[in-house]
Amino acid sequence: MNKHFLGDTAVLLGRSLRHIARSPDTIITTVITPIALLLLFVYVLGGAIQAGAGSYVNYLLPGILIITIASGISYTAYRLFLDLQGGIFERFQSMPIARAAVLWAHVLTSLVATVISVVVVVLVALAMGFRSGASVLDWLAVAGILVLFTLALTWLAVIPGLTASSVDGASAFAYPLIFLPFISSAFVPTSSMPGPVRAFAENQPVTSIVNTLRALFTGHPVGTGIWIALAWCAGLLVVAFTFAGITYRRRIS
Amino acid sequence: MLAGMSTPPVTDRADHPAIRVRGLEKSFKDLKVLRGVDVDVARGSIFALLGSNGAGKTTLVRILSTLLKADGGRAEVNGFDVASRGAEVRESISLTGQFAAVDEILTGRENLTMVARLRHLKDAGAIADRLLRRFSLTEAGARRVATYSGGMRRRLDIAMSLVGDPPVVFLDEPTTGLDPEARLEVWSAVKELAAAGTTVLLTTQYLDEAEHLADRIAILHEGRILVHGTLDELKRLLPPAKVEYVEKQPTLEDVFLSLVGTAANGEQR
Repeated sequence: MNKHFLGDTAVLLGRSLRHIARSPDTIITTVITPIALLLLFVYVLGGAIQAGAGSYVNYLLPGILIITIASGISYTAYRLFLDLQGGIFERFQSMPIARAAVLWAHVLTSLVATVISVVVVVLVALAMGFRSGASVLDWLAVAGILVLFTLALTWLAVIPGLTASSVDGASAFAYPLIFLPFISSAFVPTSSMPGPVRAFAENQPVTSIVNTLRALFTGHPVGTGIWIALAWCAGLLVVAFTFAGITYRRRIS
Repeated sequence: MLAGMSTPPVTDRADHPAIRVRGLEKSFKDLKVLRGVDVDVARGSIFALLGSNGAGKTTLVRILSTLLKADGGRAEVNGFDVASRGAEVRESISLTGQFAAVDEILTGRENLTMVARLRHLKDAGAIADRLLRRFSLTEAGARRVATYSGGMRRRLDIAMSLVGDPPVVFLDEPTTGLDPEARLEVWSAVKELAAAGTTVLLTTQYLDEAEHLADRIAILHEGRILVHGTLDELKRLLPPAKVEYVEKQPTLEDVFLSLVGTAANGEQR
């Protein structure tokens, strides 16, 4: 590892964090969809949804947090793409810096922005009546899973950020990710779905992650589900990181 | 790294030319962009690479600044091979690309301190303030770059390239898209650079720019250097000048500059 890696990453992280601080609209647009969905499902549709005992907002929040993360990371691709377009990426690459620092700064920025967005959404949910009996340890587990999931999706977002030919292309890849929770246990239990849809829903990553988060929030035992959720996150992270690295090396040589 | 703020991080290797290119080749798929380019640039000189759009100027600059790998031939910058000693090359150079590579959301001063920190220099703030003063950007320094004019952006861009005093500076079409005044500002900045001992390789499609600035000029056409030499040497390639009597009309540039006249035209010609 280059001896300047940490220092250079810190300088570049400071730069991107200033961007976020100065244009907080990236946070606002990230949280607006999840909050709208939260309001819509709790106050309009929720009354007709049978999702077990307890208030529906408690049932809904884990899936909404996944949607928040998925819409937040599209800004990673967007910011990376703008750097490439503007020429500042080439300026950094022609300077005596640790080249990996450029990507890591974007990834860490995405993490910080997503954490802020998730906190905002949780606060809104609390105002809407979300209550959790989770212990400190449970909350730490929730935070750990969300961070791992964010990192995995962020490294995935790096790929279109490096390869897209337009701003729209750079951020469009996030839409399917935002829709994935709809075909999962995020909004309604999978048991109400017809065969093939149910099979897909029960075997895609969002369901295992959402179920684990829900169990942690309600203080129920997580069972083996947490290992499946962690395996999905870690697996996705390794694959995305590897391909992002390959894409980056191709891009800078 | 313990490099002080005004000493270059890598000492000049005085026994080498600043830039030495031999038989450089580069293709993009079937398109041969460089077909055996040879270039030598002496230390402390201004070298202009002249050519029309698509001649391969930017490709050559990108190879020299380690952003692109050549398919064949050799290139050395400050005595370091660009292919095998990329890190040392990057310590020795800075690149000002065709489009001002500045961060719009940061202020001018923040842009400069960021580059100084990335070059691992001490006292980044003082370096930034000095460069702001040198490029008449002190007052604008605290403003976001998004509010700057094209000329100010270019000046900031060049100032960012001078952080840490790299011995070799590449300027890729530094005045394309600038108004005449901003152009003269850039020209005087380039002249100052060379006067201070920095080697400058600039690409341009403007003949008068090469004529005004360069010690040596090379014409790149369809991936080959057609001719290179001093301005006088190039002029001698054509039949000797005829003597004609022509009424000296002011050029449009003269008219424009005398009407809008600012400090910039004081040091012109």
